[in-house]
Amino acid sequence: MDLTGLTIDSARSAVAERKTTATALAEAFYAKIEADDPKIGAYLILSKERGLAKASEIDRLAEKGDKLPPLAGMPVGIKDVLVTKGIRTTAGSKILGNYVPPYDCTAVTRLEAAGAVVLGKLNCDEFAMGSSNENSAFKPVHNPRDLSRVPGGSSGGSAAAVAADIAVATLGSDTGGSIRQPASFCGVVGLKPTYGRVSRYGLIAFASSLDHIGPFGKTVKDAAIMLRTIAGRDPMDSTSADVPVPNYVSELDKPVKGMKIGVAKEYFGEGLDAEVRNGVEAAIQRLAKRGCEIVEVSLPHTKYAIPAYYLVATAEASSNLARFDGVRYGFRAKDVRSLSDMYRRTRDQGFGAEVKRRIMLGTYALSAGYYDAYYLKAQRVRTLLTRDFEDAFKRVDVIVAPTSPTAAFKLGEKVDDPLAMYLADIYTVTANLAGIPGISIPVGVTKEKLPIGMQIFGKHFAESTILRVANAYEKAA
Amino acid sequence: MKVTEKDVAYVADLANLELSADERTRMVRDLNSILGHVDSLSELDTKDVQPMAQISDRYGVDESKKGSERFAYASRDDVKEGLRTSFPTDVALANAPDADGTFFKVPKVIER
Repeated sequence: MDLTGLTIDSARSAVAERKTTATALAEAFYAKIEADDPKIGAYLILSKERGLAKASEIDRLAEKGDKLPPLAGMPVGIKDVLVTKGIRTTAGSKILGNYVPPYDCTAVTRLEAAGAVVLGKLNCDEFAMGSSNENSAFKPVHNPRDLSRVPGGSSGGSAAAVAADIAVATLGSDTGGSIRQPASFCGVVGLKPTYGRVSRYGLIAFASSLDHIGPFGKTVKDAAIMLRTIAGRDPMDSTSADVPVPNYVSELDKPVKGMKIGVAKEYFGEGLDAEVRNGVEAAIQRLAKRGCEIVEVSLPHTKYAIPAYYLVATAEASSNLARFDGVRYGFRAKDVRSLSDMYRRTRDQGFGAEVKRRIMLGTYALSAGYYDAYYLKAQRVRTLLTRDFEDAFKRVDVIVAPTSPTAAFKLGEKVDDPLAMYLADIYTVTANLAGIPGISIPVGVTKEKLPIGMQIFGKHFAESTILRVANAYEKAA
Repeated sequence: MKVTEKDVAYVADLANLELSADERTRMVRDLNSILGHVDSLSELDTKDVQPMAQISDRYGVDESKKGSERFAYASRDDVKEGLRTSFPTDVALANAPDADGTFFKVPKVIER
């Protein structure tokens, strides 16, 4: 049996039916990581001791014939911005290079409580800031579909690990597209839930009003299983919503006939690669064949999303990253003259170029004299962007769009042009600003065999609906 | 608005960054490029639009309730009683670059 190629569904059955053991499964993944990851670079840290201990716990349950939890023995990887007790957590940054958290992120706790085996921590852009994973302080990630290309970012390791069969499923975070865009580049499923659907407790903060935790999987069903496990109110995050969690899995196969699918022309304009456009349009036609009604909608403020996003996100980041000062944890610069000298040198030496750029932009946008023109203005435009979605969702059930204007680009292609890199997020940032759920699913490949991703947006807390549409597409494929 | 070298030095100071001469030059270029794109926001008339700081006060809450009532569910059981488990000192200090067993240690704050 090809253990590492299995989905959650099939791997769990294999464990439950005693065709394999959780330990054998974990060991198969560790062997494949050792063989394949050197050329991909998805993992930063392996947590073998913790992972294998969990696997043997599951095996003992299975031996006794006990009922197994929903993710029994499932080998998962965790983006390194989610803290793990006793396992080094770096956020892809030198400033946290030696940080060993004293607590676990709620999403990780919930995965393990459901029986998942944490294989290790996955590479990402430093503090989740980037769209190519080239901002990791440790190493870049190579796209498993074409090693000369980026896996997308910032959750590049999480997407690449699923694509390369070195994790069954993974967790990532999405502040402006960091789950959906890498899912699209690597040809896997990535889901950003509604803001408040999944607790952010233990997620190293980038921009608190935009940060989301969500899953990557090989199939829509796997993403649904993962989401069901991590979703729900958590007293440790006051912004986690007190909204019941539906059974996303049992609702997957409900019919989509008669559903109204919105297509927004603003997502098919200038800058969209022709092959990506064709791929997404063909996918929309396939949904129409399943009985969905295609409705044109307008999201008129879309072109203002990138400017609004990069002001709000960097302003929040400049505040959140003020805590990294070399006092309580992480890196501290040597040979300093005074306390303020220590702060400066620690941050100068500890942060990478993109993080400094965003701290600077955010600080500028919040500084006296510019606050109204930049930060407050961006917050007002955020309201307009959110209203665009509210108006459109009065007419349609979901909205579909390309995930990214292009397929995966080459490593090094955009590193010297921050604005070009930011524009790669043009179709994804809107969902973060409005807090609506979005899923990216693979819808074919380009002539160069690079995956194309399509996004499906839904109303707040309508994850069931977008998963159903995604599943209908996948089943029709 | 054009960002100058002087603005960069001022903002770096606010952000507790020093930045090398090269980094400052690059920062002037990058901030101007990004802010040039951002300036398109001024095309929009937003004087009657409320700013939106976050999502959690708009969705997934009981809209019939107002003010703090609406967020009563967010009160933590452990905090209500005034009790909350915190890390023991040794755990809290374990990641500190410098500590003496009770306190975090930092360079001298007051120069004589």
